[in-house]
Amino acid sequence: MDTGLLIEKLILASLLFVVSLGIAAYSTYFERKLAAWIQDRVGPDRAGPFGILQPIADGVKMFMKEDFTPTAADRWLFILGPGIAMFTALMTSAVVPWGTDISMFGRTIALQVADVNIGILFIFGIISTGVYGIMIGGWASNNKYSRFGAIRASSQMISYELAMGISAITIIMMSGSLGLNDIVKAQHGMNWNIFYQPVCFIIFFVCALAETNRAPFDLPECESELIGGYHTEYSSMKLGLFLFAEYVGMFVSSAVIAILFFGGYNFPGMDSFSGNTLAILSVVAFFSKIFILIFIFMWIRWTIPRFRFDQLMHLGWKVLIPLSIINMLVTGIVIAFNEGWIKF
Amino acid sequence: MSIELLTLIIGGLTIGAALMVVISKHPIRSVLFLIVTFFLISSLYILMNAQFLAIVNIIVYAGAIMVLFLFVLMLLNLNKESEPKTPKIVLISSVVASGILLLVLIAAFKDSIQLSHVHLPPEKNIGLVKNLGNLLFDKYIVPFEVSSILFIASMVGAILLAKREKPIID
Repeated sequence: MDTGLLIEKLILASLLFVVSLGIAAYSTYFERKLAAWIQDRVGPDRAGPFGILQPIADGVKMFMKEDFTPTAADRWLFILGPGIAMFTALMTSAVVPWGTDISMFGRTIALQVADVNIGILFIFGIISTGVYGIMIGGWASNNKYSRFGAIRASSQMISYELAMGISAITIIMMSGSLGLNDIVKAQHGMNWNIFYQPVCFIIFFVCALAETNRAPFDLPECESELIGGYHTEYSSMKLGLFLFAEYVGMFVSSAVIAILFFGGYNFPGMDSFSGNTLAILSVVAFFSKIFILIFIFMWIRWTIPRFRFDQLMHLGWKVLIPLSIINMLVTGIVIAFNEGWIKF
Repeated sequence: MSIELLTLIIGGLTIGAALMVVISKHPIRSVLFLIVTFFLISSLYILMNAQFLAIVNIIVYAGAIMVLFLFVLMLLNLNKESEPKTPKIVLISSVVASGILLLVLIAAFKDSIQLSHVHLPPEKNIGLVKNLGNLLFDKYIVPFEVSSILFIASMVGAILLAKREKPIID
């Protein structure tokens, strides 16, 4: 392996790390501003102009607080929980294609850390292990509320992974590849999957809300019933990692939705650009799609009330899974017709 | 670092993690070590260039089955009092018996397994998803479909078992 590639990937990976954390930090600020706007309040406005330094103040506050471990807690697992939550949230961005190739210092640099040929499966693998952070954290706290939160989180995630996976299979059938870069390229020229698969998009979006524990599916941390859910016993930066992981997860799942349904870095009229201009514009297009999706995530949180747990299970198992299976079957039949495999 | 050395290190770690599953006292820790074992096995698959197998191993075993294991263990009230007491004599006799079994196994397999027999598949890209799919849906289509029937049968069975407790109302 040549050293240039290694350095290039290293820089890209660390850049991604910083960008993910930065976006997650500012998501907390925009979430509060948006909540204030929807509820006709002012929101945070003390730290810096328009309260723009609020995330930094929050971060400093998190670090300065006392780091408390309950006596009856399992000490190692208590530390491991938030670590796993953050790790799995950050891992997913490794396979996301952020833009077209960029040429710099006489090299063509792909704006993707790893173009593995199983990209979407990699994302699903990481998502399915993401639940461990919450489960281990909730169990190790040795608190009834925490354990309830952990059990709710795990059952919710298992239930919604199925419908999510089936709707992703539909998209894989449409593009004929598991690699995210190929899925994006297949949607070139406004052939976005949302126009062909609106039902699939709705299923996937609802499942993404549930997988990231966002309202209206935030039952694992529902304040009115469980105090704080799985992070009841956490304080200081351990709590910060849990909260942060949620926002990083929201950023990454917005990126995945943008790739699967909104053409990733494709934008209308992209054929009239080339080279580095195209690369920069594609990154900008991709990030604006992500930001719009994050906005929708927040918008939903502040307008729709929380589900009841049995309603959640009912929606997951009896509505979304059958719907996604029917959608997949219909897509399969249509593809078979188009390819001429079935004839009457 | 050569691939052989890496394989050796990961293989050793896998065996260590698998041993910890048995050794660790607490069931939750056992499950966590089992998850670590699955991840290490997946990394061995990746070294053999079988990416699809590696990620499916993680999704199915580490991501789904182990979550259910952990789920059940968290619902059980496991503590020191509820642990069944094992008499000393049973412990000693089981250690002796398994030691003898290990001895017999080593004696039996000593000549049959030679390291030269273990080799990577001749075609380097055999584990990639495209080749695997072609094999599954072409050469091995009948076993593949039969296994899917088995899956459906087990799913129906599971639903039936879960539903049996309800009284029948006409």
